[in-house]
This record gives sequence, structure tokens and C-alpha cells, in this order.
Amino acid sequence: MKLELRGITKRFGALTANDHIDLVVQPGEIHALLGENGAGKSTLMNVLYGLYQADEGQILLDDVVQYFSGPGDAMLAGIGMVHQHFMLIPVFTVAENVMLGHESTTFGGRLNLAAARDKVRTISARFGFDVDPDALVGDLPVGIQQRVEIIKALSLDAQVLIFDEPTAVLTPQETDELMAIMRQLRDAGTAIVFITHKLREVREVADKITVIRLGAVVGEADPTATNEELATLMVGREVELTVFKAPAQPGAASFVVKDLTVLDAHGHRVVNNVSFEVHAGEILCIAGVQGNGQTELAEAIMGLEPHTQGIIELNGESLRGRSVRHILDEGVGYVPEDRSHDGLVGSFTIAENLMLDRANGAPFVKVGNLQLKYLSEFATETSEEFDIRSQGILSKASELSGGNQQKVVLARELSRKLTFFLAAQPTRGIDVGSIEFVHKRIVATRDAGVPVIVVSTELDEVTALADRIAVMYRGGIVGIVPGDTPRQVLGLMMAGEVPAEVVA
Amino acid sequence: MSAPVVTPENSASMPVQPAASSNVIVREKEAIRSWKAPISFAVFAALATVLFWILGKDGTSNFRLSTDTDLIQINSVDLPALATGIVISLALILITALSFWLSLQKRPTPIWIVAIYGVLFMVGFLTWAGVGESILVPGLLLGALGLSIPLIFGAMGGIISERVGVVNVAIEGQLLAGAFVSALVASVTGSAYVGLVAAMAAGMLVSFVLATFSIKYLVDQVIVGVVLNVLVLGLTSFLYSSVLTQHSSELNSPPRFDFIPIPLLSEIPILGPVLFRQTIIVYLMYIIVAVVAYALVKTKWGLRLRSVGEHPQAADTVGINVYMTRFWNVSLAGAIAGIGGAYFTLGSVGSFQKDMTAGAGFIALAAVIFGRWDPIRALLAALLFGFATNLQSVLAIIGSPVPSEFMLMLPYIVTIIAVAGFVGKVRGPAASGKPYIKG
Repeated sequence: MKLELRGITKRFGALTANDHIDLVVQPGEIHALLGENGAGKSTLMNVLYGLYQADEGQILLDDVVQYFSGPGDAMLAGIGMVHQHFMLIPVFTVAENVMLGHESTTFGGRLNLAAARDKVRTISARFGFDVDPDALVGDLPVGIQQRVEIIKALSLDAQVLIFDEPTAVLTPQETDELMAIMRQLRDAGTAIVFITHKLREVREVADKITVIRLGAVVGEADPTATNEELATLMVGREVELTVFKAPAQPGAASFVVKDLTVLDAHGHRVVNNVSFEVHAGEILCIAGVQGNGQTELAEAIMGLEPHTQGIIELNGESLRGRSVRHILDEGVGYVPEDRSHDGLVGSFTIAENLMLDRANGAPFVKVGNLQLKYLSEFATETSEEFDIRSQGILSKASELSGGNQQKVVLARELSRKLTFFLAAQPTRGIDVGSIEFVHKRIVATRDAGVPVIVVSTELDEVTALADRIAVMYRGGIVGIVPGDTPRQVLGLMMAGEVPAEVVA
Repeated sequence: MSAPVVTPENSASMPVQPAASSNVIVREKEAIRSWKAPISFAVFAALATVLFWILGKDGTSNFRLSTDTDLIQINSVDLPALATGIVISLALILITALSFWLSLQKRPTPIWIVAIYGVLFMVGFLTWAGVGESILVPGLLLGALGLSIPLIFGAMGGIISERVGVVNVAIEGQLLAGAFVSALVASVTGSAYVGLVAAMAAGMLVSFVLATFSIKYLVDQVIVGVVLNVLVLGLTSFLYSSVLTQHSSELNSPPRFDFIPIPLLSEIPILGPVLFRQTIIVYLMYIIVAVVAYALVKTKWGLRLRSVGEHPQAADTVGINVYMTRFWNVSLAGAIAGIGGAYFTLGSVGSFQKDMTAGAGFIALAAVIFGRWDPIRALLAALLFGFATNLQSVLAIIGSPVPSEFMLMLPYIVTIIAVAGFVGKVRGPAASGKPYIKG
């Protein structure tokens, strides 16, 4: 089925999320929609899927104009969507999730689960998925959950399939498998829209590429285009994709974690007997797919996890079981992975956010009074140094873009004298320009002789920054490898395998 | 330092697991010790030892197991108070010790041990409190069931509403509205059945307000619920004193439902007269609990309802109308709670009294949580609370040694201990209380 979008425009108040976007996707074609976070890709797809109503423009399927009042209409017309945040109900089984909304029933309204199970099995068999129809979705690994999403779309005979940032949660191997599935679907005649901001994947799988920036189509490209060309189109200026960094000059092993175990509220070992050390002047990257214990490890180091066992030492002093205040006073800098939730107070000004973890004494507070003059000087200076673009230091943090918010967090942490720096997902959801900046500052911190840990799920970031890489899987560390380890090996390790050369 | 390092425990024990496997991940689980159960046990065992043993009195307590009209008569039982008290105290101490040992082993105390403990304590308590008196066991249970009925209806309404994603604090208001309207309508029409239907409509009306404000206008659901309770209380109290009391023979003398004994079943010893010599409302309760328990899990209605309460956006993306599903199911919940209200006037008391629900709606809410949003568990929870309430009135009548003010606290103490001590951390419907905003 051929999909055509004509002049789609969607506004949210003063913001134009989509500005007269045209797009044609032929059957049997994988059409990549490339753009930065916030460029308007997801909005466009939500319009197509009937979740939003377009303010202007038309959606055509096989040259027939469609009117979708909701996702139900879009599905009936043959459009299926694999959402970035899976639209699955964790406490339902696979079969229940697949049948939801289109339940067939037997006598007395009783659910016909047998039919749903058969459907799951049939589709699974067709694509070689190994999915148990009676498994609870919440118990499945994300890669399998995504297949349930695909099965769900295919169970309605979708002719147009939208994949919204499908690789964000996958290991490299799972990504490869997903791409094989996409090719298989394409060869069966499905029109596929593949939304992403990852250049590598686009070039690997797409037949056509449309680049979106600030809500408008800025160009089309061939899969043969280089990374630099695509990045320049996407960002709108020349960008440096590689981080320049001199070889590390590691000093003493000043940060030591030994046999660390973290239990969650239900007693699950979310971090399982982890040991590593970080030397002064080196970056240790903690890689792994989201949800394998990295978050809890970082929070345990910062004193935010109540149930921990083992040793955490900085310069010979134990940090485990100490208060967050104590840990901060030891000179630990921390960039939390969710900046809007843990890193900032959105309704506070930039200046207030910059002193958030130093509100306990001089120079910001004297005899219980805020030193507003000092604060405003400090904030102005720091904003300039960290290139925080805003209306001024008194604008609210929530009004800033993701990249500038992250710079505020970074500025707060790096403007102190640090003895150890921990950055979790430091570039998640921020623009390419800010990514460059954040990376440079992290490397500069390392070069100042500080031990640095970067927790990241993005393999590109890991390989760009790391002097050494620790890969986590299901709460444990699979292995610690040098920074120049090939992606293939890292990918295997992220799935829990220990390649022979690592063990040696 | 550039040498590859593999921590020993991983290289040795980490199974090589392909990324794409549908195996259920079972993370290694370390139990966190919980001292809630043993500590609660210890408190009650100490209480039992002091009351039944040290302060125990000589004499016997008589338990009658059959009513006079039963076909099969069972002889009454006499228990020597002090000896029973000593035996039961020792048994409770033993169970407490067992529970402490289980907690030391990081194992939870199983629910059947809690049940045995509860029954033992109850027998001990009744024996001690009823020295020289005679206690009619079927009567005790009958009263307990009667007091549970509105709680059960309220809890079913609460479960349906919460599982579709709307916190229903307005159960109290729905019960009270049902009680008032059923009394009025049944008095005017002379038919208890019409009154019952009117009660459902009244409960539904309260739900309409709750649903409209919380679903359409996104007002905090708890606040709307609380305000509705106060509104209904004020409105019914005003109408009661200004209208009903002046014309009580025309407007507040509803016909009551008759008792319909079910042949054979009602002749079962002890339980028969309790469960099967009841009014139509009680039989309706059996049916509703069974239907809700079945339909929530097994039908299209239940699947959609739960999906909206767990992950409304996912439901929306498969074409389920989240707003309508929530609206009508909250209304249904109100109608069911309304039947519970009708029980007050048409099933038990026989007329409307000011604030006659007296907090039953909140106890029903506790039953929903204690029952973990499951109809059968909530039913059992409501029965427990009903039993505690009835115990208080029975003991007041036979002249309990405990001051009556203390006994009045009993149902609420049981509620607090049940919800705080034994429920622990439970997971309710994920989207309950959260308004759904499209997009």
C-alpha cells in the first residue's frame, strides 16, 4: 500500500511541530525519517496514526484521502505502529495484548484466548519469532516485547508499518535482528517508515531517506551518503562527530568499588557483586542496555540506594552508607540520567539550579541568607563558560531546551572542585551541538586528573569517550575491556556473552 | 590497566544467554526480612496471655451452634474459660515463635498461619469475654454477614472503578445516596424493588459527577471523591430533617425485602441459616461478586477495563475509547455501590437515618486495598471487617469486661492492622488516579 502525506501541519500553541511536510512511501520500501530529538518526527507519525489531528494537510493511502479520528481508524485502514515506548500492558499476557481492541469472543462474551494464541503462533512462525503467547509481557526482555508490538501490528494485516525509534532499547545484536525483520517485511510488500536519529542504522537499512529539522523537511538523501553529509543535513551545520582526545594519563586507582550488591525494594539483586576501579585521569564507561543495573549502580555510588552491600571507596575513604551530603562534600560530581526529574528543579531559575547542591553554607549562604549578589555573579559567569543559551540567568530551567538544561546540570557539577565525576546518560535526548560540548567537557575533566565514570547506553558515545569499558548485563559486569574494543565484541557482551578474547 | 579484566564471579557463573530468547528473566532474588507479621503476632500473644491467662476468670462459656428452627440440631459446647485461655495463649506464643523463626530465615509468614492465629485468638477472646454467658454462633455470623453486605457492594464498586483507573473515594457518598433514595422511592411507590432500582440510579448519579470532574475536567480524583461524600451527607441530612421526619409515615417507611430461605441449602448446620436464609439483596451480592470476579478476567469487558486502568495510552492506540470506558464503568461502580446503600434501608434497618452509613464506604475502600483489587479477596476482607463490627455489638450486649468505648474502636483497629500489618506493599492498577490526557 502506498502512503502519501501532503502538506501536513501540526501546531501546539505557538510552536509549529510539523510545517507542511510532504512524504511518499512506496510499498516494498523502507523509508527512513531522520532527524534530531524534537525535530517533529514523532509528532508527524502520531498524526499519521490518528493520535493527533493535523491542522492542515492530507493523508492518502493508495491515492485515496483518509480521515482518521483515532488510532482505531488508522489501524482499520492498514497502518500499524511499533511505538518507541511500547504500547503493551505489562500485566497482560502476549495473547491478551495482541487481541486487545479486537477481541473475538465465544459464548457469553468470554474471551477467545485460544484464537489469539493461534494468531500469535502463526505470525511468530512466519517470521521466526520465538514468542510464548502465554508469557506475561512484563517478564519479557525488551527485544521480545518489541516483537510482540510487531505481532500486534501484523495481526491486523498492516500494510504500512511505522517503527518509531525502535532501536533505542535494543542491543546491537537485537538491532541487527530487527533490521533483518524489517527487510523481510519490505520484501513481502509492506511499506515501512523507519524513524531514527542514528545515522549508522539509516544507511544500513533504508531505501530512501528524508531528513527533518525543526518540523520541516530539509532534504532527501541516498543510503550511500556519508555520516557527515547526513549529520550536516540533520543539524544544519558542520558537526564534529568524533571526539578529539589525547591518550589517557592514568594515575592511582583512586575510586574503588568492590563486591557491590544493590537490592531493590522487592529484594531483587539489581546490582550483583560488582567490582571495578577507576584511575585518576581516565574515563571508565559503563555500557549496557537500559535496565541492566547501571541506574542502580550510579545511585548506589551517590548514596541514593537504601539496600547496598560491599565496598565503595574514594581515595581510601568509604562512601557506602554515607549521606548524599557527605558524598557531595567529598568532591563527587554527579549528572543524573533523568535531568528533568533528578537533575533540575524546573520551576527554579537557572541561577537557583546552579547552587542547588551548595545551599548549605558559604559562599552561597551566610547566616541562613542567600547571597544573591554572589549568586548572580557566579551564575552569569558560569552560564558564559558553559555556553548556556537562555533569556538570562533568571529564566526558568523548564523553559530551556534539553541541551541547555543538561549544560546547567553539568555547569553546577563541574564548577566545584571535584575528586570524582559520575555522569549517567550525559547526552540522552539532546541535540548534536550540545553533545559535542558535553563530550569535550567530560574529556577536559578527565585531563584535569579526575577519575570519571560515564554510564551510557549509546554505543557510539561509549566508544567515543571510554578509556576502558565495563559492560553490564543483568546486574553484573560481564567484563572490563579496553576503550578500542570493537563494537561487535561489545554488542555480544551487552547480551551477556563473554567473547573468548576477553576472558583470555 | 589496559589488560582485559573479567571479574571472577561473572566469568565462572554467567550463563551464555543469547539475546533473543523468550525465557522469562527471573532475577536472583534476595528476600528482605519483614518483621511486621511476627511483631503483630507478639503484640496479640502478649495481650492474650495477660487477658485470658493472668487475668483469666474461672467459669465456663457456652457456645450454641444451632438455631431453634434448624432441622439438624447440634449440641452446644461448654468451654472452661481459664483452661481454654491457657491453651490458646500457649498456642499463640508458639505461632509467634514460628513466625519469628520464619522471618529470621527471611521467609514470609504464610497467610494460612495468619488465618489460624486469627481464629484461635477469636475463640480465646470469646471464651474469656463470654464467661457465664451463652453465645449463639450462627447469630454472630449472621450479624457479621449483615454488616458486611454494604461493605461488599461498596468494595465491588471500588474495584471496578479503580481498575478502570479512577480512584473511588466517593463510595461512602454512593452508599448514603442509595440508602436515602431507596427509602424515599420505596415508601412512595410501596415497592422495595422499585426502591432498589432507584438506589442504583442514585449511586450512578454520584458517579456521574465523580466521572465528569475527574475524567473530563481532570480534577484530582481524591478531592472530588471527598467533596462528594460531604455533599451527599449534607444533602441527605438536610432533606431527612426537613422533609422525611415530618412525613415519616409516607416518605420514610419503606417496605422491606422478605427473607427467602433456599430449600435444602438453608438446612446446612451452622452456615445454612447464615448464608441461605437471606433477602434478595444478599443473593444479588453473591451473583455480583461471582460475575465481577469472572468477568474482570475472562471477558472482553474485563480485558478492556483493565487495559484502560493499567496503560490508557496503549488502550487508546488499539482503538479503545478511554474516556467512555472510564465513564461508564465508574457509573456502573456507582450503581453497584448504590445497591449496598439500599441494603441499609430495605434490607436491615427499615428506614433512613441521618448519616446511617457511618463510614462504611471508607471501610469498603480499605477492603479494596486489603483485597488487592481482587473481588474474592476484597469479599473476604469485607467479611473480616463486618465480623469485627458485629463482635463489638455482640459483646456489648452480653456485657463484655472491656469498656464499650474500646469495643467501638475494634473494627477500625482491625482495619488498620490488616492494611498496615499484613498487606505490605501492593501494586494497584498502574494508572489508577491518573487522568488520561490524549497525546
